[in-house]
Amino acid sequence: METYSLLRAFADSWMLLAMTIVFVLVIFWALRPGSRAMHDDAAESIFRHDARPARDTQTARRPSKELSK
Amino acid sequence: MWDYLKLVVLAVVAVGAAIAANYAHDLPYMVNAVVVMLAAAITFLWTLRHVGDPPSLADVSANYNDGVVKAGVIATTFWGIVGFLVGVVIAFQLAFPQLNPAWSQGILNFGRLRPLHTSAVIFAFGGNALIMSSFYIVQRTSAVRLWGGNLGWFVFWGWQLMIVLAATSYVLGGTQGKEYAETVWYIDLWITVVWVAFLLVFMGTLMSRKEPHIYVANWFLLSMIVTVAMLHVVNNAAIPVSLFSSQSVPVYSGVQDAMVQWWYGHNAVGFFLTAGFLGMMYYFVPKQAERPIYSYKLSIIHFWALIFLYIWAGPHHLHYTALPDWASTLGMVFSIMLWMPSWGGMINGLMTLSGAWDKLRTDPIIRMMVVSIGFYGMSTFEGPMMSIRAVNALSHYTDWTIGHVHSGALGWNGMITFGVLYFLTPRLWNRKGLYSLQLVSWHFWLATIGIVLYASSMWVTGIMEGLMWREVDANGFLVNAFADTVAAKFPMYVVRALGGTLFLAGALIMCYNLWKTVTSVDRKSTAPSAVPAE
Repeated sequence: METYSLLRAFADSWMLLAMTIVFVLVIFWALRPGSRAMHDDAAESIFRHDARPARDTQTARRPSKELSK
Repeated sequence: MWDYLKLVVLAVVAVGAAIAANYAHDLPYMVNAVVVMLAAAITFLWTLRHVGDPPSLADVSANYNDGVVKAGVIATTFWGIVGFLVGVVIAFQLAFPQLNPAWSQGILNFGRLRPLHTSAVIFAFGGNALIMSSFYIVQRTSAVRLWGGNLGWFVFWGWQLMIVLAATSYVLGGTQGKEYAETVWYIDLWITVVWVAFLLVFMGTLMSRKEPHIYVANWFLLSMIVTVAMLHVVNNAAIPVSLFSSQSVPVYSGVQDAMVQWWYGHNAVGFFLTAGFLGMMYYFVPKQAERPIYSYKLSIIHFWALIFLYIWAGPHHLHYTALPDWASTLGMVFSIMLWMPSWGGMINGLMTLSGAWDKLRTDPIIRMMVVSIGFYGMSTFEGPMMSIRAVNALSHYTDWTIGHVHSGALGWNGMITFGVLYFLTPRLWNRKGLYSLQLVSWHFWLATIGIVLYASSMWVTGIMEGLMWREVDANGFLVNAFADTVAAKFPMYVVRALGGTLFLAGALIMCYNLWKTVTSVDRKSTAPSAVPAE
């Protein structure tokens, strides 16, 4: 079988299946239970460290109000 | 030691470029070689004057590198005006052909200025906006200073050099003849170098981040950088005919070349003008609204759906060509599937304002951003519709396509960039606020009315010429000659040029407003501790 047909057959069978599965899994992963706290924290992260970098990782990780400027 | 090495390299480049200019086979190559020589010489002198400067003792890691972002604000504004101005000129040239006078043929006629306009707005205005926003966003969301020291400055100046090289090359006829990839082979190589440096700076900052999570705006920006690198390298694979010529031979031929070109072309829209600008949306809209994004989960799904779907949409540019039917059907189907993530993203952006819609009345900047998201939704509705084969049969090769591109480019990319420039300028220069919100409102209305005039006139003229082209009489003969359609389009061409003029006028007002913000608005009283010079 020449390369084109081989790759073509692979692309519209196993590769297509694999990518579809990965895509579906990614969506379920985003919607998984228990991810809300992390997502809320990430969504709020833009309101921290507006003026200057975090001094260390510890202060960056704590999503407390007094750190946000 | 490092300085001496830099001086040697710059001197070799300057002398090499001078020699290349001497041996040049064609005019664009010669002019570009002279530009490179001058750029290397200027950098050489600048480096020479700074050899032996005592190293700065200030601890810069305690501050963000905002110097390069400030330069980005200036460059984005400048190239925006240049790009819009050239656009207005060529719009009038189309309406009034006598604006292509004989003395300017081969330099300032429509054919030479058109790639100058498209590249100026996409790569100079849009590219600078993306580099500026990436550097601003990645520092804030990673809570660290930009990685790589002066590498960020290399990216900035390297990109400006690319723009000057491309512009001087286009007007003198240097082109590969590939739409949105007109830059000739040596400029392509230079773009690759600058772009890899951009990737390094961005990745380096992300990897040294102090926030545990990588904020979603960075996902979009990183996907833009990586994908554009891949598209650029594959589409520009070509063999130069000589080391001293701008001409090259593409490694693909026939329909493969067309497919690679539109795989590039559509994803340049999808990743440069969509994913990258979505990165801007996901950071600046919540910041300006002072509320977090409506749904972070939706933004993740938006991201992955865009990544998985966009890359396949290119073949819809090649309906009814030598491309196999299955390929163009694939492109069409994936384009239609893109409706969903695009509208999901639009809803996510708009709903960020839920509970704060009153800001639309008081804050013209948020109004600009909301209209830009609206145009994102509108053009991502229109695009898939035009990719349907039956619709494409009418719309392809007509001005409807041009109208579609501009509702996306002026409406979505332009308006969000204006919003970002208004957001960044007072913050970067530490001013109390903008010089005048009323002028922002003027800009907003001029730009919006300009876009409406542009898009509606192109719809009318595009559908009209599509219908005229396909009109046949009872015996099956075509009713209209091509020149008949050109004559019929005249009033719409004038309206389009007027719309462009309004848009340009709005941008000039923005320039004035930003200038006055920096020069005559008081410093913010709660100034942060002195920022060391960079």
